[in-house]
Amino acid sequence: MSTPVKTAVPIGGAAGSGSYHVSEKGYYGEFGGAFIPEMLYPNVEQLRQKYLEVMSDPSFKEEFNQLLKDYVGRPSPLYFAKRMSEKYGTRIYLKREDLNHTGAHKINNTIGQILMARRLGKNRIIAETGAGQHGVATATVCALMGMECVVYMGEIDIARQAPNVARMKMLGAEVRPALSGSRTLKDATNEAIRDWINNPVDTHYIIGSAIGPHPYPDMVTRFQSVISEEIRIQLKEKEGRENPDYVVACIGGGSNAAGTFYHFLDKEEVGIIAVEAAGKGIDSGESAATSVLGHKGIIHGCKTLLMQTDDGQITEPYSISAGLDYPGVGPMHSHLYTSGRATFKSITDDEAMKAGLELCKLEGIIPAIESSHALAIFENTRFEKDNIVVVALSGRGDKDLNTYIDHFGL
Amino acid sequence: MTTNRIHQKLREDKKILSIYFTAGYPDLEDTVPIIENLQESGVDMIEIGLPFSDPLADGPTIQESSTRALKNGMTTTRLFKQLENIRETVHIPLIIMGYFNPIMQYGVENFCSRCAETGIDGLIIPDLPVDVYEEEYKSLFEKYGLANIFLITPQTPNERVRFIDSVSDGFIYMVSSASVTGAKNTFGAIQKQYFERIHNLRLKNPQIVGFGISNEDTFLAATELAKGAIIGSAFIKFLNEKGKERIPEFVNSIR
Ligand SMILES: Cc1ncc(COP(=O)(O)O)c(C=O)c1O
Repeated sequence: MSTPVKTAVPIGGAAGSGSYHVSEKGYYGEFGGAFIPEMLYPNVEQLRQKYLEVMSDPSFKEEFNQLLKDYVGRPSPLYFAKRMSEKYGTRIYLKREDLNHTGAHKINNTIGQILMARRLGKNRIIAETGAGQHGVATATVCALMGMECVVYMGEIDIARQAPNVARMKMLGAEVRPALSGSRTLKDATNEAIRDWINNPVDTHYIIGSAIGPHPYPDMVTRFQSVISEEIRIQLKEKEGRENPDYVVACIGGGSNAAGTFYHFLDKEEVGIIAVEAAGKGIDSGESAATSVLGHKGIIHGCKTLLMQTDDGQITEPYSISAGLDYPGVGPMHSHLYTSGRATFKSITDDEAMKAGLELCKLEGIIPAIESSHALAIFENTRFEKDNIVVVALSGRGDKDLNTYIDHFGL
Repeated sequence: MTTNRIHQKLREDKKILSIYFTAGYPDLEDTVPIIENLQESGVDMIEIGLPFSDPLADGPTIQESSTRALKNGMTTTRLFKQLENIRETVHIPLIIMGYFNPIMQYGVENFCSRCAETGIDGLIIPDLPVDVYEEEYKSLFEKYGLANIFLITPQTPNERVRFIDSVSDGFIYMVSSASVTGAKNTFGAIQKQYFERIHNLRLKNPQIVGFGISNEDTFLAATELAKGAIIGSAFIKFLNEKGKERIPEFVNSIR
């Protein structure tokens, strides 16, 4: 008996297929690449050479899928939001990433990367975090694998996200304050990169979004692509079709959005809507709407759209949601934006908070404020009555209770 | 292949002492006086740091000096303005060290052309990778007679060192250890092995060691086999503590 020889396909599908996927050289259109100092070259190059091979290994896929199932609790439900649909006169489905272990989509990526780190022979993990969600997801998988974990977090964020700092510590991670620059997410990322420069042999850097030098954006996207893979299966069961009319997700660096969009990128009949944080308003000077306010440049090792001064100094973004205030977006999203494949919308703090509270009242779900940005588009976007709109509910709102309390005077 | 002040200087039969400082630090208008003072003190070459908000490859000392320079109002345009007449008084090689984003925003060709007009001899752009440089910018740098300097580290394998040597023009910047910039007091066995390994490759470009050079001992250790060494963080600390008037004291303490 002969078994057919199958070429192994990496998680997320074969490389180089489709015009919105990463090219062999690490680019999405003109965005992406690996703009890194030579000190990082050996590590990034090792990852570049190995990541697809590792992600194609059946035993790796099995381990990844098993953990997603038994530990994370996947598949996450695709929930038809009946009352919300009635209110907005369209068919709204919520992809419930908020029900994952640790409360957000971030863990899909950290599970994948910790397994990758093990295959690469690394025994020490570093990560950056803003709100602390990615830090918690990283500390969690490090506990799971018994690996040393150092999380960099801006000094200012440490002060405003105390519960997540405590969680990381309980999980055995060391939280190191980033004291440089503006002492928030971008500086925590700088510090993590510096740590990697200083520890080139034993350390793997688990980046928390679809950003950074190639191959990070593609690797993170592939680990997150389980979101859209499941949407297609679940929608087929519920509606008899795999493709919705629209997929909607919020964008910080762009990992939940990348995962939500991934399997629809080449299905031109599926509309893609990316939602950015407008903060106090696009023109207020306190915003994180990168597609509108950003210009092409280099941040954290990749060429992408980012918010900066005319002189090329990276500026500090603002959003009420700590997970969306990154001054750039992942290179895939810059390409989706400039090519016109995706529609970008921006939502202010107030609009997001209102939509968050509305979901509580209509569906009994308290969403993360990041995810509330995606929910807020229904107020000003008209969909057809029979349209199927899938929204990524990227995380739950427990971490945001204080912000909700302050905002609404609860 | 360009022939500029860097090549001439490297042909001299001596060990090169190069000093890095951040433009616009401690005060905005200190850039030119510091350069002149360094030349008078006998320094062979100067790296002028173009400050950046997010200097990934730098330790706390250079980061803080960059933050301060930016607060002082330093910009790329300002730097070229300050350096406008620098070649009337300064004849040693001048190199600009900066991250790629500010250069991209200024326009790479525009930047190169301003460098040429000003009398800048070379550039060190740590986050511009060798392959991108080769494909997109090499001809531009050559057109304006600018040497582009690349980094190697103890982790860089011989094969890649040779590749970097083949596209380099001027010298190779040997990062002393796996680390961001910052002063160290001694070099260990690993550094010595690394210095020997690179020396034995007999590269076409001379090597200058940087990162972690802080005093006479580290300077001597670094230049035992290499052509020269670059001091950054230790000099910036000195500037901050003692002031620019006392620069000769610093230089004399090194050699
Ligand atoms: C719940 C939630 N959603 C979204 C984001 C934004 O990140 P990304 O754009 O990578 O999905 C974060 C980041 O912390 C988050 O915690």
